[in-house]
Amino acid sequence: MKKGTLKQILLLTDGCSNQGEDPVAVAALANNQGITVNVIGVLDDHQSEQPDGLEEVEAIAMSGGGVSQIVYQKALSQTVQMVTKQAMTQTLQGVVNQELKQILGEKQTFEELPPDKRGEVMEVVEDLGETCDLEVLVLVDTSASMTPKLSTVKEALFDLSLSLNARSGNNRFSIFCFPNKTKPIQKLMDWTPELDGISKVFPKLASGGITPTGPALKEAMYQFGKKSLFGSMKHASKPYEETGY
Amino acid sequence: MQVNHTKKLVTNLKQGTIIRGKWNGTKYQVIQKLGEGACGVVYLCERNGVQAALKIGTDSSRIITEVNVLKTFQKVQGKRLGPSLLDVDDWVTPAGIIFPYYVMEYLRGTELASFLRGKGKEWLGVMMLQLLTDLEELHNQGWVFGDLKTDNLLVTTPPPQLRLIDVGGTTQTGRAIKEYTEFYDRGYWQRGSRKADPSYDLFALTMVMLEIAYGSRFERGTHPRQTLEKKLQQASLLKPYRLLIQKVWTGGYTHSREMKNDLSSMLNSPSKYKAAEMKNTRVSRRREAEKTSFASAESVVIFITVILFYILYSIVAW
Repeated sequence: MKKGTLKQILLLTDGCSNQGEDPVAVAALANNQGITVNVIGVLDDHQSEQPDGLEEVEAIAMSGGGVSQIVYQKALSQTVQMVTKQAMTQTLQGVVNQELKQILGEKQTFEELPPDKRGEVMEVVEDLGETCDLEVLVLVDTSASMTPKLSTVKEALFDLSLSLNARSGNNRFSIFCFPNKTKPIQKLMDWTPELDGISKVFPKLASGGITPTGPALKEAMYQFGKKSLFGSMKHASKPYEETGY
Repeated sequence: MQVNHTKKLVTNLKQGTIIRGKWNGTKYQVIQKLGEGACGVVYLCERNGVQAALKIGTDSSRIITEVNVLKTFQKVQGKRLGPSLLDVDDWVTPAGIIFPYYVMEYLRGTELASFLRGKGKEWLGVMMLQLLTDLEELHNQGWVFGDLKTDNLLVTTPPPQLRLIDVGGTTQTGRAIKEYTEFYDRGYWQRGSRKADPSYDLFALTMVMLEIAYGSRFERGTHPRQTLEKKLQQASLLKPYRLLIQKVWTGGYTHSREMKNDLSSMLNSPSKYKAAEMKNTRVSRRREAEKTSFASAESVVIFITVILFYILYSIVAW
């Protein structure tokens, strides 16, 4: 197995999209291009657990091959890092499953292996999760209703970089927000290995009413190609350890 | 939705349900639910009249990860860390859904907080000493417990012995902590990284002590470091342990052994134990620093006065 970089979009929102193409379809497209889409629905503290409009959260993540979670602000930090890690394991396990199918036949998946073999495979998945490179594009819905939640979002993102930077693999983060008057998404922070500079990045203004999640996701997909040359050259040729199958 | 739906099938297994292994064919009868964790539900069950704890979940990878950790612990000679692993298998429900599970030794015990209730102050120290002994063993094997919290501690009797249960967060030293709970996480309190090293567990241990002292967890507020310091000063139960805890927070211990030694000498001779005896604490160093800076300030003042007098004198003389 060659060393790869896991690519994830982390969408933080509190409502349903209402403009442009269907985000569920865009997420499927992203997944097809090797980008996992995770979605976290952020609730107000007084909101009920099953609010209207947030069913979309699960649908987007499902078609984006990722993980979704609907949480209250209080639990945001822990959820953001958990969702990201869970999606990493899921993706890596998917890759391993593909390999297994190729070697052992179409029907052989991880779940169908005997427990001790499964244990060995899991060790490999864990090793990969610890050492692989990861790129996370954080896409924050900054429409009016999200504004009071943005300080919690900032905290959660800082916490995310704390969790991921404890791994041996390299991380790169970037932050984008939407909606924006002139373009689908607005860059708040370019690709960077740390998220501790985020204190200043969220804009105060928020355009009310529209939530064009689909177009925003689509534009976010294209950001993975655009990265600084320096960053992508660094640690370019460190292959994975031989995995033994 | 599908995941939640299937998860519900194993969160409320009825008493008497038979779980039969797909691979080993062993049958277990469910007696009652013991608890529910992040990745599965634990049931008390019975096999040939012997009770055991069975953890069943939906996420095969997480169940297997825990099994891997438990297996490593079995290999350790001598003292056993965590419950012993008895069986690993899959259960195929009558509806054809597969649930992975593992079976471990059933530890009958009480929660740490209820065990300590009504007992003398010295018991907290004794329990922490036992915990440090287990952590030392674990750390020596190259592991960090990770998700150390009161929920994962059980006191078995007799004799009272603190046991670590739920190894879900156990991580190899040097890697990113697998699972944690914010209140016990040093990253959350801005006291360090989430990389697994022995001092990560030691920090969580001090938070266990704080939780015991207050009877509950508390919020970090806007200034986490100050909150922690204040809470420590206000906890009368922790007065004897203050310096020990502060030493953990300032990164004074890199090995559990060092902390264990300090704690044990403290418990053995509490009357002789004075702040001054604990070397290398920041507090004493800071006091010294204050002294020296005060001395240098004094000499600067004298020096300036002398110069002023000299200038004054030369002006007058001129």
